[in-house]
Amino acid sequence: MALDSGSASSTTNLVKAATSESRFARTILIVIALGFVVLFLLLPLATVFIEALRKGPAEFLMALEDPETFSAVLLTLTVAGIAVPLNLVFGVAAAWAIAKFEFKGKAFLTTLIDLPFSVSPVISGLVFVLLFGANSALGPILQSYGVQILFAVPGLVLATVFVTFPFVARELIPLMQEQGTSDEEAALSLGATGWQTFWHVTLPNIKWGLLYGVLLCNARAMGEFGAVSVVSGHIRGQTNTMPLQVEILYNEYNFVAAFAVAALLALLALVTLVLKTALELRYSDEIAASRKH
Amino acid sequence: MEVRVQNLRKEFGRFPALDDVSLDIRSGELIALLGPSGSGKTTLLRLVAGLESPTEGMIFFGDEDASKKTVQERNIGFVFQHYALFRHMTVLDNVAFGLKVRPASKRPPVAEIRRRALDLLELVQLSGLEKRYPAQLSGGQRQRVALARAMAVQPNVLLLDEPFGALDAQVRKELRKWLREIHDRTGYTTIFVTHDQEEALELADRVVVLSKGAIEQVGTPDEIYDHPVSPFVYGFIGQSNCLEVTLASGEIWFEDRPIGLRAANEADGPATLYFRPHDVELIDGLSGCLAGLVTASRRVGGTRHLELNLGRAPPVEIELSPERASSSNHGRIAFRPSKWKLFRNGQKVGGTSPSKVENLFALRR
Amino acid sequence: MAFRSSSTRWRFRQPSVIPGFGLALGVTLTWLTLIVLIPISGLIWRSSGLGWSKFIELTLDPRTVNALTISFGTAFIAAIINLVFGVVLAWVLVRYRFPGKRVIDAMVDLPFALPTAVAGIALTTLYAPNGWIGSLLEPLGIKIAFTPAGIVVALVFVGLPFVVRTVQPIMEEIDKEVEEAAATLGANRLQTISRVLLPGLLPAGLTGFALAFARGVGEYGSVIFIAGNLPYVSEIAPLLIIIRLEEFNYPAATAIASVMLLLSFIMLLVINMIQAWSRGRYGNGA
Repeated sequence: MALDSGSASSTTNLVKAATSESRFARTILIVIALGFVVLFLLLPLATVFIEALRKGPAEFLMALEDPETFSAVLLTLTVAGIAVPLNLVFGVAAAWAIAKFEFKGKAFLTTLIDLPFSVSPVISGLVFVLLFGANSALGPILQSYGVQILFAVPGLVLATVFVTFPFVARELIPLMQEQGTSDEEAALSLGATGWQTFWHVTLPNIKWGLLYGVLLCNARAMGEFGAVSVVSGHIRGQTNTMPLQVEILYNEYNFVAAFAVAALLALLALVTLVLKTALELRYSDEIAASRKH
Repeated sequence: MEVRVQNLRKEFGRFPALDDVSLDIRSGELIALLGPSGSGKTTLLRLVAGLESPTEGMIFFGDEDASKKTVQERNIGFVFQHYALFRHMTVLDNVAFGLKVRPASKRPPVAEIRRRALDLLELVQLSGLEKRYPAQLSGGQRQRVALARAMAVQPNVLLLDEPFGALDAQVRKELRKWLREIHDRTGYTTIFVTHDQEEALELADRVVVLSKGAIEQVGTPDEIYDHPVSPFVYGFIGQSNCLEVTLASGEIWFEDRPIGLRAANEADGPATLYFRPHDVELIDGLSGCLAGLVTASRRVGGTRHLELNLGRAPPVEIELSPERASSSNHGRIAFRPSKWKLFRNGQKVGGTSPSKVENLFALRR
Repeated sequence: MAFRSSSTRWRFRQPSVIPGFGLALGVTLTWLTLIVLIPISGLIWRSSGLGWSKFIELTLDPRTVNALTISFGTAFIAAIINLVFGVVLAWVLVRYRFPGKRVIDAMVDLPFALPTAVAGIALTTLYAPNGWIGSLLEPLGIKIAFTPAGIVVALVFVGLPFVVRTVQPIMEEIDKEVEEAAATLGANRLQTISRVLLPGLLPAGLTGFALAFARGVGEYGSVIFIAGNLPYVSEIAPLLIIIRLEEFNYPAATAIASVMLLLSFIMLLVINMIQAWSRGRYGNGA
């Protein structure tokens, strides 16, 4: 809804006054909005990079080459590498069941799927401590088999999976509901099997929503802090993901190193945003449907 | 309140949507702006409203120059094609809105506002629905609320932009009749825009036919239909046939024979003949007429429509009563237009003139 | 063969030619149960194992009450700030053109994409007494970092996209004709905005507020660096849960978590009710 460009006659100014604000009001509003964004979004972001490079690029690179940091990066990649595909498969299955069929209890199911979204990350970690901790039912049993959940990688994976559980499903469900079942029915009527229909008809239809969901899921998986903090035990070099490593370095007053790792994560965030925007620009119609959530 | 528009011109960028339009609208008149899309009719309406500003020209409400006034100051009532009701207000609040936003000095007391709004709802036959929200109403009901809302401010002029365009055919017909009744009861000067000529001819006191930003003709529905002054109006209103003919010594020739029509005092040369399908009389004989072979015959309502092939020209359609159609020779029909007009370069150069009876009817309006 | 009317039988689902229902629902329910339901019911089971009186006692412990008050109070204030500025930001993004608009629009999603710990240390550095903003405010006697004000700042960051993204689509659909109608009826610009446009945004604004509030209550990573974490002053409930866990005081941790879960659930319900109510009254699109 852009402003018209009109002639400079006085009558045009009268008409513009009917359905748009005065230039003065507009400017004030823009200044306020931009000020808000700069203060709360841009300044913090800039701070990350500025602090990381405060002692010069050499220090920055050294911090990244530290072996503990390196293993933190690896761990983050591993955890995300397990959590995201798992939730991807789940998301597709859930969206297929919910979008293509009518059954009782659909709304309830959708609410349950949304549950991790509305739960505090610390509580998300707590539930696993209660389940697998020292004085829980399952913990000691698993311990006796030599299976360590908490304070080890499996715990991290579980907590991350919990927290990023709804992301892909939330993107796909409204998208597939919009698309309806007619394409699949057409394919079936032409003789395709269920799997063929899924691969050749459904997947291409949802690919942008899928990518979008995976992007968000991945960003959250790599950046999760609260839940992972609870289950990890903070064992350096073994159960520290990148966000946890940031915390440790910061609490040791090792600011440059902390911000260096943070800068990597911030870069990841920026890449996520750029990809997200690019996806939105190119495939706005399909993605707009999923925004209705 | 009379409305006068003088030499109005509106450009959007380089594109002239209206070019030198002047029009006088009488107080209390119900006038239609009729034309195809792109003719400038909606632009003209919005200029009168103050929702657009003219590139050149002036607009008068009564004796006052309204061109300098903002839309808020003009005290008009505007009804949009898609109703534009305030979704988050009840029907009553919608209707009362214009009164509530008046500055304190001009605002009636709260009880009075409510009474006026309820009276209007009764006028538009929606009593009892004042607590509903627009989402809970049908399309026809919404449009009636929109009209009541526009009338609440006792406007100088009521402006309706294709008010029935978004409704089904049946609702449209009902609301048309109803709008005329409301207009007769309230007496507001009303301008409405439509591309539906049936609607314009049925409803309006006068019709303004527009094409490509200019006025083609202004007149009563009878005048517009029976005595169109340009090929555009002839072709746009009602059905018409159009034949390329030649004038020779005042005699009209089609292809290689005279057709029994004369246009005295006109120069020789080519021209275009217009006549309506139902303004024809059948001729026995071979000369002084138009003749052709019947290629199609359809029953439409109470008449028969025959499509005739006259030779090289595109086929012509004539309308006959079913009895005349069946009694004539099915293969070949000879006829002559009883009412017709001749145009040359867009100018009328000849034609039948209104009969004395028709003139009498025209004066009545 | 007798024909039996299908409407008399209770059906779990409508028959359909599309295959894979069993598989898809099976995978969904299995994964849902393993990852979400079992853990959450573990929490519920544990906290019910405390017994009512113990539960109430733990919940009403002064330090707990304080932590909950701080968490909910700061989240509320931050959500209000986000509501006001979020509406302004959405308005400016939808209706005006200015250089860099696309970039700003994309940046609104930064809090979704940026890890909370990164935001936490960045905000702390900014608002600490020797930080860029902190050093400007220090001479005025205003302290942000290590006080509840710092918590509010962090929660404003975290909740920023919620109001903007909920309100934006509604604003984009505002019919220009509705504004013109208000103008033809004599309303000036301020009246049009305050009486016609803003009320239309109320349901979306409320939803965005509730989402930002819910998110703020549970937030941990971006808050603990800037908060100072002084018990009874700037200690948030999630932090208290962790402290109790480290003390192996599982009952207390469980109790606090249950209370927070209950309150979040109520928030979810409120959000859904707002949306259902507005859809019934105003039709879709609100």
